[in-house]
Amino acid sequence: MDKTSRNKVMSLPEAVAELVRPGDKVAVGCGLEGFIPFAASHEIIRQGIGPLTLIAPISNICLDQIIAAGLAQGVIAAWVGNVSTGVGYAFRRAVEEGRPRPLTVFNHSNFSLTLALEAGSRGLPMAVSRTPLGSDIIRDSPHFQPFTCPHSGQRLLAVKALNPEVALIHVQLADAAGNGQGWGASGFTRQAALAARRVLLTCEELVDSEVIRADPDRTLVPGLLVDAVCPAPWGAHPSSVQGYYNLDNDFFVDYSRRSKDPEEAQAWLKEWILETPDRRAYLAKLDPARLARLEVSHPAPSSPVEYGW
Amino acid sequence: MSHYTPAEIMVAAAARQIKDGEVVFVGMRLPLLAFNLATATHAPRALGLFENGVLRDRPAAAPIITMGDAPNQTHALKVCGLEEVMSMLSRGLVDLGFIGGAQVDQWGHVNTHRVELGGGRFRRLPGSGGGADIACLAGRLLIVMKHERRRLVPQVDFITSPGWGPRPGWRQEQGLTQGGPAALITSLGVFTFPQGRATLSSLHPGVSLEQVAAETGWELAVSPALQPTPEPTAQELEIIRRFDPQGFWTR
Repeated sequence: MDKTSRNKVMSLPEAVAELVRPGDKVAVGCGLEGFIPFAASHEIIRQGIGPLTLIAPISNICLDQIIAAGLAQGVIAAWVGNVSTGVGYAFRRAVEEGRPRPLTVFNHSNFSLTLALEAGSRGLPMAVSRTPLGSDIIRDSPHFQPFTCPHSGQRLLAVKALNPEVALIHVQLADAAGNGQGWGASGFTRQAALAARRVLLTCEELVDSEVIRADPDRTLVPGLLVDAVCPAPWGAHPSSVQGYYNLDNDFFVDYSRRSKDPEEAQAWLKEWILETPDRRAYLAKLDPARLARLEVSHPAPSSPVEYGW
Repeated sequence: MSHYTPAEIMVAAAARQIKDGEVVFVGMRLPLLAFNLATATHAPRALGLFENGVLRDRPAAAPIITMGDAPNQTHALKVCGLEEVMSMLSRGLVDLGFIGGAQVDQWGHVNTHRVELGGGRFRRLPGSGGGADIACLAGRLLIVMKHERRRLVPQVDFITSPGWGPRPGWRQEQGLTQGGPAALITSLGVFTFPQGRATLSSLHPGVSLEQVAAETGWELAVSPALQPTPEPTAQELEIIRRFDPQGFWTR
């Protein structure tokens, strides 16, 4: 699709089928604990698109589920687990036992991974960093090379640039052209969107372009970078989206308990993803009272600013 | 006397490491509770940075499980991207940072990647997150960990977050120009790192030196100025329990 098209609205199944391809490096969970694109990652699992190499800072059980589904061949990440409870059991099994398939892991720190994407976003082959010098993360890794700075003589790290084929990004608002507005801590969303060859944007609400234009500072991902925009209310559940819903901690705890056993992990995937036809059906499985409890209960609207001339 | 859990005395000891006006890179779990406790008591001007991109100087108004939880962003001073808070860390603007882990050694190296089980078997752990960045770049590193012999090991199986290294000057040789471990706070006591090696400097009430030696994998060095760790006060316990009402981390 033309990057400057005014209408990039697609259904999520359509967008995933078109933009995510076997062999791709896919950036997910770029907002760290919040905004995790679960609607999109579940659709990847439903369509069985793999093998993929996943790029993520902490990305949480989103990665663990794709790994459990046997769709990941590699991970380039700073942390893979469950933010509520710690361990990602599918990740652990894949690395330790090669089940359900072997997984190649390239370790990063959160900052070095951000810098790798930032270098990619600028079309440069490397970034410069001091961290994580001294860590075994850099030992024998093709992503890191210590070097001596020609200006200062300091020992520094050359961090290899990353350009994901696809970034999955979830935001609060987007217009049909894919101008995505987000508020709240954004992790490395900007860097991932700029570095990726394709961006699949999911949003809580599709809004008129005038809503975007009324507050251009809030545009986190400009439509220029976006290939498809898919309305996906509750699209980051069970992670949080500022102004819409809070973390569903019980969901993380339940996934942890069930995914500890490999067969139960598969049963979980079946129940919540493979035999659940779409996001609407997923949400219908959640008790409405439970969702209501996650919604904003202590409003704190920000003040409008003057943007005129 | 108040009754408290090992995690609660760890939180109280960690909070005391935060001085008023300091810039703190806050982790989750016990370090978050320590930051909240410090700002509610002796360090009201401490500023907290969260790696997802949050700067705040007041505790969140409701309990949180992750730094991305909505209440941690409401009434923050700034929300931004990871690169902005990490730049502050890299510039040397952060006074102290907290990390935890599966293993720590006598030089303060921390492992959150991989534990060898023998016979070629190993346990894979989640990884660094921002831990390595904090260990490389924060002015002082505070390590918070349950005290068990399998965790306090002579040498970690994998250095995720670099400490002082086995010889003076090791950090500088790596290219690390700032920081280093200042304290290791465990469920039995507090170690400091004079000359870059862990030295027991305080013992929690009711804990014996023999117990610490038995649960420590390296040859225990004890400070001549060894002191008892102050117990958490009733007020401190009330604050800790307010931020962890279900005891998700401290029970």
